[in-house]
Amino acid sequence: MSTTQQIWIVIGVLFVLLNIAAGLIWVERRLLALWQDRLGPNRAGPLGILIVLADTLKLFFKEDWIPPFADKWIFITAPAIVVGSVLLSFVIIPFAPGIVVADLNIGIIFFLAMSSLGVYSIVLGGWASNNKYALLGALRGASQMIAYEVFMGLSLMGVVMLTGSFNLGDIVMAQKHLWFVVTQPVGFIIFLIAGVAETHRLPFDIPEAESELIAGYHAEYSGMKFGMFFIGEYLGITLISAMIVTLFFGGWLGPAFLPPLLWFVIKLFFFIGLFILLRASLPRPRYDQLVSYGWKILLPLVLANVLITGAIALWLRG
Amino acid sequence: MLSHLRTMWLVFIHLFRKKETIEYPEEKVALHPRYRGRIVLTKDPDGGERCVGCYLCAVACPVDCIALQATEDENGRRYPDFFRINFSRCIFCGFCEDACPTYAIQLIPDFEMGEYNRQNLVFEKEDLLINSQGKYPGYNFYQVAGLEAGVKKKGEGVNEETPVDVHSLLP
Repeated sequence: MSTTQQIWIVIGVLFVLLNIAAGLIWVERRLLALWQDRLGPNRAGPLGILIVLADTLKLFFKEDWIPPFADKWIFITAPAIVVGSVLLSFVIIPFAPGIVVADLNIGIIFFLAMSSLGVYSIVLGGWASNNKYALLGALRGASQMIAYEVFMGLSLMGVVMLTGSFNLGDIVMAQKHLWFVVTQPVGFIIFLIAGVAETHRLPFDIPEAESELIAGYHAEYSGMKFGMFFIGEYLGITLISAMIVTLFFGGWLGPAFLPPLLWFVIKLFFFIGLFILLRASLPRPRYDQLVSYGWKILLPLVLANVLITGAIALWLRG
Repeated sequence: MLSHLRTMWLVFIHLFRKKETIEYPEEKVALHPRYRGRIVLTKDPDGGERCVGCYLCAVACPVDCIALQATEDENGRRYPDFFRINFSRCIFCGFCEDACPTYAIQLIPDFEMGEYNRQNLVFEKEDLLINSQGKYPGYNFYQVAGLEAGVKKKGEGVNEETPVDVHSLLP
């Protein structure tokens, strides 16, 4: 692949992802409204899709305020970390045959590393805000990370064992005959739960928890800095959905009447919709409930899954 | 876990429910006849103003949005010289309507009073008076109030004192 081609892929992926993340503002508001027997934003443009533009313009024109008591440089860096780390994770995702930014042979490990870095934005943002609610949000973010990071990585090990590779392209190709969701249902469910916790989405939006911590770690943020957290969250949803699609639902594989990229996008949007449905329907647990749930139920379950998958993989190999 | 899935399913099928939203400028809400919206001054069946300028509405108003000045015509009939309601303050509570002894001031089902200029929300008597009897058709205060019922005169009731001559200073 030539360098220019590579650059075009990078630009294309960046452009499409940022647009999807912005468009999700509209998708989420419309879907939530429909599930609550409302109509949602439907005035600006066709079906109200220009609400995205209005929201973005509004965020750009808001006062970009840094509280005098905040730790200025960390305060500015924190929102960039979340977007940066999520965008870096997208590097390894094969959107279609040949359309991947970096075909790393340690793909999954890179993804886990980058998604773990994302929590720094919460902890640093909450700490730098110098505000007690923000600090509480940051503490909760840290405790939540302790809860989900453990079983998140392990839940993918079944897939890795069955494929014998960390490379996501290889993982997709290994699902040519059977999606891993069939052979790894426990891994899929646990990764889904971990993914929701990883993106800090409802029901696991414990660090921001509007109803108790006003906005948690980003209570002091305004303007486009808040917008970065916002976009980071939507990019996170897209990332976890893309990972679920690649790891468990055959990535871009699908019947030949549609191009592979379209299959990927269809599956992607199915899971994005599932994320929004989760938000619409489930209440938020306490953070100690999440931690004990993670360590006492999901971790033993995922360890058993790794054990059994390993045994079966060895047995099949003879 | 199963109850979570059931919740998600129940929320999901709301997608196909009829939506509660009324798309306002195109579709209007059905307002009931006694809905309390904009304030009007009504007229009696003979076409005269019902208002007698008693100031009860201005006193009852919790936000002090009613201002008026009573005056008398050549027959000694009281009427408001000016009657001014500041609708940018009005909270549409209807206390003025309750206080009004002559059913002159009434609230009607109209709330669409959007304005760009706050001053345009100050309504004068000409804007408030309508050529209608409102909610009480056929009612004329002077035809029913203060008239002899043909039973007994003032001061003739049991244990009732004789009326005081208000024009005299003597006790």
